[in-house]
Amino acid sequence: MSASPATALTRLEAIVGAENAITEAEALAPYEIDGVRPRLAVRPRTAEEIAEVVRIAAAERLAVIPTGGRTHLGIGGSPSRYDIAVDVGRLNRVLSYDPGDLTLSVEAGIGIAALNETLARDDQFLPLFVPNMLQASVGGALAAGLDSPLRQYYGTARDFLLGLEFVDGTGAHVKSGSRVVKSVAGYDLHKLHLGALGTLGILTRANFRTFPSRGIFPDSRGFVASFARLDGALALRRRILESALTPLTLEILSPEIGEMFAAPVSAELEPGLTSAAPWFPRGHWTLAAATGGNSAVMERHVREFARLADEEKASNVFTLEPAERPHVWGRLREAFGLLRASCPAATILKIPALPSEFGRVIAALAEIAVRAGIPSATLVRGAGIVYFALLPGALDIERLATAVAEAFRAAANCGGHATLLWCPTELKRRIPVWGEPREDFVLMKKVKATLDPPGIFSPGRFVGGL
Amino acid sequence: MPIDSRILGELEKLLGRDNVLARADELLLYEYDGSVEVARPDVVVFPCTREEVVGIVRLANQFDTPMVARGAGTGLSGGALARKGGICIGFSRMNRILEVDAANQRARVQPGVVNLDISREVEHLGLYFAPDPSSQKACTIGGNVAENAGGPHTLAYGVTSNHVLGLELVLPDGEVVRVGGATLDTPGYDLTGLLVGSEGTLAMVTEITVRLLRRPEAVKTLLAIYNRVDDATQTVVEITGRGITPAACEMLDGWTLRAVEAYAHAGYPLDSAAVLLIELEGLREAVAAQAEEVTAACRACGAREVRVARDDRERELLWKGRKNAFGAVGRLSPSYYVQDGVIPRTKLPQTLRHIDEVCGRYGLQVGNIFHAGDGNLHPLIAFDIRDREQFDRVVRAANEIMAYCISVGGSITGEHGVGMEKNELMPLLFTDADLAVMRRIHDAFNPRGLLNPAKVFPTTKSCGELRVLAQPGSAANS
Repeated sequence: MSASPATALTRLEAIVGAENAITEAEALAPYEIDGVRPRLAVRPRTAEEIAEVVRIAAAERLAVIPTGGRTHLGIGGSPSRYDIAVDVGRLNRVLSYDPGDLTLSVEAGIGIAALNETLARDDQFLPLFVPNMLQASVGGALAAGLDSPLRQYYGTARDFLLGLEFVDGTGAHVKSGSRVVKSVAGYDLHKLHLGALGTLGILTRANFRTFPSRGIFPDSRGFVASFARLDGALALRRRILESALTPLTLEILSPEIGEMFAAPVSAELEPGLTSAAPWFPRGHWTLAAATGGNSAVMERHVREFARLADEEKASNVFTLEPAERPHVWGRLREAFGLLRASCPAATILKIPALPSEFGRVIAALAEIAVRAGIPSATLVRGAGIVYFALLPGALDIERLATAVAEAFRAAANCGGHATLLWCPTELKRRIPVWGEPREDFVLMKKVKATLDPPGIFSPGRFVGGL
Repeated sequence: MPIDSRILGELEKLLGRDNVLARADELLLYEYDGSVEVARPDVVVFPCTREEVVGIVRLANQFDTPMVARGAGTGLSGGALARKGGICIGFSRMNRILEVDAANQRARVQPGVVNLDISREVEHLGLYFAPDPSSQKACTIGGNVAENAGGPHTLAYGVTSNHVLGLELVLPDGEVVRVGGATLDTPGYDLTGLLVGSEGTLAMVTEITVRLLRRPEAVKTLLAIYNRVDDATQTVVEITGRGITPAACEMLDGWTLRAVEAYAHAGYPLDSAAVLLIELEGLREAVAAQAEEVTAACRACGAREVRVARDDRERELLWKGRKNAFGAVGRLSPSYYVQDGVIPRTKLPQTLRHIDEVCGRYGLQVGNIFHAGDGNLHPLIAFDIRDREQFDRVVRAANEIMAYCISVGGSITGEHGVGMEKNELMPLLFTDADLAVMRRIHDAFNPRGLLNPAKVFPTTKSCGELRVLAQPGSAANS
């Protein structure tokens, strides 16, 4: 027989100490997910403390959701149960950093911005430039599976994560991968945790390769070309990627995003973006790219960007100097936050699609929005992701749900898989945010049952209600 | 345990007699791969379709028979050997490139396609498949997926898992499931990431969607020549530390390059102690600047000469020498034992010295030819397999080297896989808890253990005399 839940909470408090256990309703508010508030938040200091917490939770079948910078608690399905928030914010140390080897091992709760400040001293960085980077933690960014404009050149965390340590659902503290740049020993369990929203364990430590920042910070240059029609921007994307050029970022923005980007950003949202960004002419589609490297490389990029843009009949072309480039980069990074600030009911879909299908997908989505009478905006990562936002003035859940369901179908018709990145909680009750499970769901259930046998991690948050 | 004779008849019925080998002389070829391990299957079969693979798997289950997938048999850790006998499923007849999608830089291929054939097929489109194991003229993409194969150019472009987007799997019970796909970020757990590198122990792969890269416009190949091994390894530390990422950075020591030169006539200097073969790729302007920086780093570290390959022919000769080095060593020694440890790049000089010291102590000849830029060592110990006493010394020396790699924060395998060669070493790297959770994943996919048994996981409780002591100042201490 297990002790009563109340006793369990007391035991959990004892593990982390009273000062690191939060039980007052008000103090628990920041841990709330879709209106569901945990009964307890704990702030452990070590992986061992986390393991102890998990063992008690497992024995008592208490639902646990790990949290980091709490910038993306709103993504994923609403939790079906939520007893304990495990805040990993106090696991915030750099455990080893070998600049000569370009490898790094950090605790999962470390802030991305703080970490990059450390790396900058050795002219290195971690290309984990996710939204809300100033508040986001490394572990949270991994669990949320967030990408960034830098994915064009550096890929996603999957490409530079070398290994992870985590506490599984049995309370075992385990690892996979390595701390060197190449290792094939054992199963790559760490890849399973990327984008898994903490449904398979609590991340405690992450090992990465780092990258030299020389020629990128602060030197890199931006390039913005605008077009009356989407086709022009898509053609320019194709031309750039068929050339020898190696852009760091490559995005296409709909006129609505351009308009939003042109305006100054409130300092509250993002301190570095308060000046206007006069590179986005009204009513135009924009291709935004950036380039780094030595001066000859950057000049070649700028020259060829301009030539290709001209050949594709761009209506405006801007080359951004190192001082200007961050204004576009910052906006691109924070685009979802800007959309959500502009529209509380912003509903943002993530649609991985083959680049050859971009035009068809985007046209179908725009048509759906027009038919529903809902304003919309589109941001395309050139590597193969379409982010599509529906921006309803007032929340008409019926109409929004219909439009989203149609968008899911439109994505599927073009070979893509839509998921809901951000949306009002009410919508999650109507539409599964991850779409319908695919045929591989049978294996995902096995993975979940293996790593989280008691089913206590982030229940209901992931694909198919996992 | 001998195989149930009824299964042979069933397999012949399913696949036709031409696609089933069961005579002892026919099976001989399949008891080897590129490693020193040996294990003979009871039968070798060659399916031509996914349905045939499913049929084979169902028969294996029906007759409780182990099975193992095999590509070209070039693996270096016994991954494709039938350790417990049973059915060896050769994928050489499932070798079609099913689709090339140039616009999206994707290809969909069967597992038996030879690695280099993908790049040949898309060369006219200016594209290629980046992972380039030294065996790429022979090894298959299915084997690459199983082992998460690397190669010289993974330094800049990543290993197989960075270039595989989707898989069609035949699970150990015969079910077919597709994971990942042609698009990025398919929703749910990254099963493709789990499967790539799982060494054929979780599922067999019958179709693979790969990413293709655009060929760089400029390539420059440098050969830096040294009178001291230390200077060559220090150069690698210097290049990495300066934040330069060559496309490839390979080291050959004097003994190895002399073996290579006798075979390849590539122009490797016979009197040198070591060379670095460094390739730079990318935009013309980037390559030109990198070449200057790399040359300066080589000179600063004591290179006696830095040559630039004059043309494609010279470049190809140098690479031919590098990629066929293991074969070249085979001409000098009846057998060789190659390891695959990885260390932080900053530890290269001391590690090479350590390898030299260990092999000297055991009276063994060792050559080093490896992916220096990745810190992925391939010490190659020459021996005669008929001499058991010598082989014992080889194993002891190899284990010491491996323990050292781990003590400086490294790994036991960078690209060759664990297989049946390093499975007893896994406890050096992973705790019992780490291995237990991996074992649970194994059992969830492969509950009867019929698929590729006795691989990856240690079969004994501990690995005896091997102990790892952390080196001062190493990441393993932290």
